[in-house]
Amino acid sequence: MTWNWTLVWHILPMILRGTVITVEATVLGMLLALLLGLIWAGLLFLPNRFIFWLVRLIIEFIRDTPLLIQLFFCYYVLPEIGVTIPALVTGITVLGINYSAYTAEVYRAGLQNIPVGQWNAAKALNFTPWQTFIRIIVPQALPPIVPAMGNNLIAMFKDTPLLSTITVMEMLNRAMIIGDKSFHYLEPLTLVGVLFLLMSLLASGLIGITQRKLLVRR
Amino acid sequence: MLHILPTLLRGAVVTGEVTLGAIVVASVSSSCAVAMRLSGLSALDWPARVYIEVFRGTSALIQLFWAFYALPLVLPFRPTPMTAAIAVLGLNGGAYGAEILRGAILAVPKGQQDAAIALNFSPATRMFRIILPQALPLIIPPLANLFIDMLKNSALAGLVQVTDITFQSQILQESTLRNAEVYGLALIIYFAMALILAGVMRFLERCFKFPLGARV
Repeated sequence: MTWNWTLVWHILPMILRGTVITVEATVLGMLLALLLGLIWAGLLFLPNRFIFWLVRLIIEFIRDTPLLIQLFFCYYVLPEIGVTIPALVTGITVLGINYSAYTAEVYRAGLQNIPVGQWNAAKALNFTPWQTFIRIIVPQALPPIVPAMGNNLIAMFKDTPLLSTITVMEMLNRAMIIGDKSFHYLEPLTLVGVLFLLMSLLASGLIGITQRKLLVRR
Repeated sequence: MLHILPTLLRGAVVTGEVTLGAIVVASVSSSCAVAMRLSGLSALDWPARVYIEVFRGTSALIQLFWAFYALPLVLPFRPTPMTAAIAVLGLNGGAYGAEILRGAILAVPKGQQDAAIALNFSPATRMFRIILPQALPLIIPPLANLFIDMLKNSALAGLVQVTDITFQSQILQESTLRNAEVYGLALIIYFAMALILAGVMRFLERCFKFPLGARV
């Protein structure tokens, strides 16, 4: 069994079409995770004990169960309750919900780092709680959490191959289909692995640069 | 529901085996990688770096499929699904563990190392009696997260024919078509296993914290 370069060039365009879907799923999944995580974090700051424990339980459950089973659960159960959406949408939703549990934790840490005095001062200046949160707290809490969010983004990117198990045609799925058809698994799977490695190294490099920029600005 | 549970629990035993096996592999590989990285020799440092970057930079599922479908074409023998899964998930976890371990060792104040050298301790004594006991309390909490991640990652093994919870739930789903019950139960079993693992790690955390303040 030797490495076949002709095959590599032949399958590259097919795999790269999968890359587009991989990136699409990552970006949309992350947007959902950022939004939903902020909602979780906001709910955790409410003075209601019941909501607090309920949200904590939901977050804990999401974090402590495998993404793969969460995907299967939604993929098979959603049609049963009358929700028929494309597999890619299911995948993006589950990715987003799964990572919202992690982004919530990052938001919470970021918000807790804001001194209580900021809230008090805003109150003294007659800001409403909502104004205080959006205009005073969030702008201060956001920059320090950018690197942590970046790491979540990379982690989610590396989890997207799981979507292949629910028929989404991303990179790994395409590689496996090529393998099943041609019995050449080595080249397509290695190609996908190398592409992932390159993209995540690139992403972590970018996060490093952003982190340094933010540190300089402060 | 009642006839689903025993099958899933049989899967849970296999999931436990895969996770524990992977944790053992990860402990060995991360210790080796850290030893190589801290050795100060670039001939040892680089292979360890490449190992860590490759396993952290690609997806666990791709690594698993690669080992299961592509590697046997290169190797003279075919590893069993269980062996392949434990090896890959272990090496994957080890790459993350190596960074945790290295961070904790480097977090021990430099003066400790200097003092141990001044007192004429051998390098092995310095590491095992001075540095590691101080690094351990820092390692346990991130290690707990890593082990839970490894438990969750073990679900991937079901995709390469290891008969774990994932595998059993897929078979049950196809034969019973009771999707919500099968996957719901599978989620709950994983959750319970993660809680047990977290409890064990909290116990270990207390054990290792104690000697620091009390007696050295």
